[in-house]
Amino acid sequence: MSSKSVAVNSPSPLARPLPGAGVPSPTLSSDVPASEAVASEVSTPEIPASDVPASEDPASGVRDLSRVAPPPGRPRTRVRPRVLRRALRVLVPLLVLAAWAAGSATGLIPAKILDSPPTVVDAFGHLISTHQLQDALSISLRRAGVGLAFGLAVGLVFGLTTGLSRLGEELLDSSMQMVRMVPFLAVTPLIVVWFGIGETAKIALIAFACVFPIYLNTYAAVRAIDPKLIEAARVFGLRGLALTRRLIIPNAMPGILVGLRFSMGVSILALIAAEQINADSGLGYLVANAQEAFRNDLILALLFVYTVLGLFIDLFVRLLERTLLPWRATVVGR
Amino acid sequence: MSTRTVAPVGMKPVDSGAVHIRGAAKSFGAKDVLVDFDLDIAPGEFVALLGASGSGKSTLLKILCELETVDHGIVRVPSARSVVFQEPRLVPSMQVWKNVVLGRSRALASRAAAEAALAEVGLASHADDWPRTLSGGEAQRVALARALIREPRLLLLDEPFAALDALTRIRMHALVAQLCARHNPSVLLVTHDIDEAILLADRVAVLRSGHKSLDAVVDLPRPRTRGGPAFEALRRTLLAEIGVSTDPEAEPAVADQTQPPRAAPLPVRARSASTVVPRTVVPRTVVPKETERR
Ligand SMILES: Nc1ncnc2c1ncn2[C@@H]1O[C@H](COP(=O)(O)OP(=O)(O)OP(=O)(O)O)[C@@H](O)[C@H]1O
Ligand SMILES: [Mg+2]
Repeated sequence: MSSKSVAVNSPSPLARPLPGAGVPSPTLSSDVPASEAVASEVSTPEIPASDVPASEDPASGVRDLSRVAPPPGRPRTRVRPRVLRRALRVLVPLLVLAAWAAGSATGLIPAKILDSPPTVVDAFGHLISTHQLQDALSISLRRAGVGLAFGLAVGLVFGLTTGLSRLGEELLDSSMQMVRMVPFLAVTPLIVVWFGIGETAKIALIAFACVFPIYLNTYAAVRAIDPKLIEAARVFGLRGLALTRRLIIPNAMPGILVGLRFSMGVSILALIAAEQINADSGLGYLVANAQEAFRNDLILALLFVYTVLGLFIDLFVRLLERTLLPWRATVVGR
Repeated sequence: MSTRTVAPVGMKPVDSGAVHIRGAAKSFGAKDVLVDFDLDIAPGEFVALLGASGSGKSTLLKILCELETVDHGIVRVPSARSVVFQEPRLVPSMQVWKNVVLGRSRALASRAAAEAALAEVGLASHADDWPRTLSGGEAQRVALARALIREPRLLLLDEPFAALDALTRIRMHALVAQLCARHNPSVLLVTHDIDEAILLADRVAVLRSGHKSLDAVVDLPRPRTRGGPAFEALRRTLLAEIGVSTDPEAEPAVADQTQPPRAAPLPVRARSASTVVPRTVVPRTVVPKETERR
């Protein structure tokens, strides 16, 4: 490795060559027998962050990208940006909340249209203390969960079939693409005719709605796997079921998880539709009741529950991504 | 797929590593990629195959590892083969060591075996890494380890160094030369790089308009270095043969030598004119579709 020096615009005492440059790397050949005269690629150690920003001298057009090691005793990782990022996430909701509270307090927002934040909090407390929310939630989540499970099973199996085999694609894909265009709400009458108005009908509607996101994403993800990779795996003796299980499914997993995320969202959507059409229990039933009573505080409290569900879905899929996709670079942006 | 053994009576078909190709033909639609192509590789011999882009080198390699079939012709290869492609083709969802033992039976897919193979290419410490964290050169070395752990009698290399920088490529040349000397498989190296071919190979063949238009013994002492009159002479011959030469006078001189196209192995430096072409050595054979040669 040759010694490189980094051009800097000012002979600042802080300016130093990049770490690693000109210094024999500790990783070099330490584990390689001398007979194997292949120096391993030098792995550049992570450049420690510093507070010295890149500066540009407008006259010379030289941009100074030098960095110096942080003074000893200070943590090497940047703390502030992370806190800042967290703060940024909640900034907009907080602003909206503040505007709402101010509007209600000054009477700018009439209570008939929108109750004040404290009233909504009270309504929420009421739902919890009377156990209405817990009961409704457990019933609704079970419906959504069972429907989702059926939908995922069908969507995954169909998606893998069309993704893996040309015959499967010819048989199934165009039909799936056609049925996909039917809004699931439009299927409700048929489902009522078939399954009546009980639990089965609700679950069937949710399952139907959940099939397509997972199907489309699984199919696309399987098809997107580099054929050269499959070719190589075949040469090395990976075939049939083992090829599917060990190569195709893991590498299609990012796309499958995107489908899962969508399907989970759709399951909540279909749940609401199913429960508001005909229900005597569940979240949708509570919302329908609140609407009949013109209680916008209750409606808002229940809508908040839906947003929390959405949040949990997001957290759940993120967790899955972290455990199932350790091989993927997770950080794309800054 | 039929199997034909042309071994003389009493000769045991061994998986010696020999390659035997006669009259291989392959076309994609109207495009004839291989027309009456012959090639022999003796056990342990290192053959480099040169040819212009699109001349069918990769197609030939795919035929040899059963990713394609010949339309007709005789093709015999050892059953123990492995490949290094132009790209590393590592499975991103598997750690490096799992990539090395990819597709092997459970008994052979041990971590210890993978680590031993990785150590041979100087990457023992990277066993648990994910492929995306490797540099191009490292990834290609993992691909080499993956090929070598199968103890191939025939190693197929499809421009494995083409995407590497010049320095890494020189290191890879040394590594491949050393590993081939140790494991002694027959090697077919497809490359665009004439210098690389001359540096590494025992014989250099040129694929042109579907057949082997030149087959030259590289009669240079090892270890080889670039330069020197013999090196340059061979280099110029090969350049002209591939059709890179800009000197119109140079072309006919070589063309004369190589007419007819299916010339027997042609020693360019005529010291040992006898090239080893073991028509009699027959390995356990794989004969993709065998038909009458035209
Ligand atoms: N599956 C295929 N279908 C149709 N044509 C193909 C197919 N594979 C290869 N070809 C054609 O065959 C010819 C030879 O291709 P091949 O990949 O063997 O070339 P090559 O000698 O390896 O070239 P390069 O040096 O650029 O890699 C090309 O013209 C290519 O377009
Ligand atoms: Mg090629």
